[in-house]
Amino acid sequence: MNKVPETTSFEKGVDAMKAQIDARVVSYLSSCVRCGVCADACLFYTETEDPRYTPIYKTEPIRKVFEHEYSFWGKLGARLGLKRPLQESDLADWETLVYDGCSMCSRCSMVCPVGIDIAYVIRKVKEGLAAAGYCPDDLVHAAERAIQIGSPMGVTAATLRATLRAQEKECGLPIPLDVEEAEYLCLLSSGEIAGYPEFIGSLAKILDHAGVSWTLSSEYFEATNSGVQLGSTPLARQLVERIVDVAEKLGVKTVIMPECGHAYSTLRWDAPNMLGRALPFGVVHVLELLETLYADGRISIDAGTDARLTYHDPCNISRRGGVVDAPRRLLGALAPNFVEMREHGAMNWCCGGGGGVSANSRAEPLRRRVFAVKKRQLDELGADMLVTACSNCRNMLADGLEDHEMNTELIGLTELVAENLVSDEAGSVPPVNPSA
Amino acid sequence: MGIAELVDGPLWYFSVAVFVVGVAWRLARIIVAPARTEFSAVSSHAAGGAAAVFSRFLPRREMRAASAYQYGWGYLFHVTLFILLLFGRVHVEFYEARIFGFSWVTMPDWLFLLVSELSFAALLMLLLYRAMEPVTRLLSTRGDYFGSILILLVMLSGCMAMDQTAEPLRVIHLFLAEVLLIWFPFGSLMHAFLFVPSRAYTGAWFGRRGIAA
Repeated sequence: MNKVPETTSFEKGVDAMKAQIDARVVSYLSSCVRCGVCADACLFYTETEDPRYTPIYKTEPIRKVFEHEYSFWGKLGARLGLKRPLQESDLADWETLVYDGCSMCSRCSMVCPVGIDIAYVIRKVKEGLAAAGYCPDDLVHAAERAIQIGSPMGVTAATLRATLRAQEKECGLPIPLDVEEAEYLCLLSSGEIAGYPEFIGSLAKILDHAGVSWTLSSEYFEATNSGVQLGSTPLARQLVERIVDVAEKLGVKTVIMPECGHAYSTLRWDAPNMLGRALPFGVVHVLELLETLYADGRISIDAGTDARLTYHDPCNISRRGGVVDAPRRLLGALAPNFVEMREHGAMNWCCGGGGGVSANSRAEPLRRRVFAVKKRQLDELGADMLVTACSNCRNMLADGLEDHEMNTELIGLTELVAENLVSDEAGSVPPVNPSA
Repeated sequence: MGIAELVDGPLWYFSVAVFVVGVAWRLARIIVAPARTEFSAVSSHAAGGAAAVFSRFLPRREMRAASAYQYGWGYLFHVTLFILLLFGRVHVEFYEARIFGFSWVTMPDWLFLLVSELSFAALLMLLLYRAMEPVTRLLSTRGDYFGSILILLVMLSGCMAMDQTAEPLRVIHLFLAEVLLIWFPFGSLMHAFLFVPSRAYTGAWFGRRGIAA
């Protein structure tokens, strides 16, 4: 239990959950038959066999609020002392279930026989827990840094500039910064800047090759949204507004979301609803852009790797984002030995670190344990190379591969595209050297 | 007024009224609840989102083995239940006399009994699963058990009353069916109606993203 003193209030939590009960939630909370099918779709259940990790069980707090506040039997039962309404101790219990034992991957939402989008309801529970102050310290601190510094990891504009200079040397190209009226603004995740800066050089190489007008922003560059991970729409909205402000100030037409899962699904699908209006610019995931450039003939890529290669779908890019085909078209061109995991695309298994789990140090032992499902998938396939398109997934996969002493090579898809760019006239474009 | 007259008369009309009004009320609750406007730009693949209303009748390929028990016994129970309700001779005669004024083809009584046994067995297997599997035992409420046991009792009394030679058995069966009608709108039996909006909401949400849910 980690209470945040300035926001702790059981009533606030209950009120926040009540405010989430719209028509869709009423339908979901009323239709569950408690069949338990969702359990087998959740890696936290399959790898622990602890029934408390059953996805629909994680929604119990809001179900109790709904039943107590809105249902006839709930009200009657509470009055007669037959039904126990939600209590503050429940919030403490569900804090660990929801923040440590759910990566918001939505696999459960794909399998419920009555059609409940369980992850959607868990997200509503998070609103209540966050409002009541029952959330992990690590996520709270990350959100504080995001609000105060502009990055959940504390990456500053000075760090960004230094990283860009290093990447300019690596790729031999100038990287545009704060260019007004560019067609595209590319956001970055702090995880990329700190851990995988070669993504930036790779993107510069590809966009230069395609003749795309683009820029980065030093004023606000962060793509991730700590408010979403925490479950706080007010915080999430603040962070989204910063992106909208900087995109409008630069006058760009489209914002490119980098290799970060929740960043894409948040800006593409959730941000307009947080703001209550359509965004004044388009949003595209970097893989969608690369695939469009490839399909339009603006970049050429070579089948440059013979490795037996597979692709890990980041949940927020594929299942919750809708970007399933673009990476496969690119990989089809890049790798003749591209093979799919048995469960892939919209039914992929999560890396275990989504939904803020990776940023929650308390959840680390559990997160490492549930990686077993990904290990099984990789063992079954015998792949030499694992490609993904989310820096958070990449960190989780790197951890898991290391834990299990697996020799599978891990790489981001944008880098793989950059490494295999083909110049129309002069042969292969020189590869970007990863600055590990 | 005797018990039989009460069950045949006022209680029958009362239970039907509670069922109709209760179901309508539960559905209206969803219709009148605040709905959120969707502001995100629609994916070019958005069509077909509502297909989830139908696609969820079958488990996804990836879940077939894990959910075979629930789907297998669940299908057997639901299909046999509908056959009993729609084609049982005694049921059709009851509908003709009390509701519609006309009848339709019915199945022979020996088949009715066979289908009843299958239905009863399937529901019993589901009930045992609910009570014994750690996941469903944790999730299940008293209402879930009450609903299942009530249906079992309705079916059991129905089979016993089928030849209609023992009037008390017929009255007991009708009484239990009326209790079921009264209970229906208040418990998870409402999934019989609510699966439609739930699947439609989810199908539309994922459909906007180009994902077939």
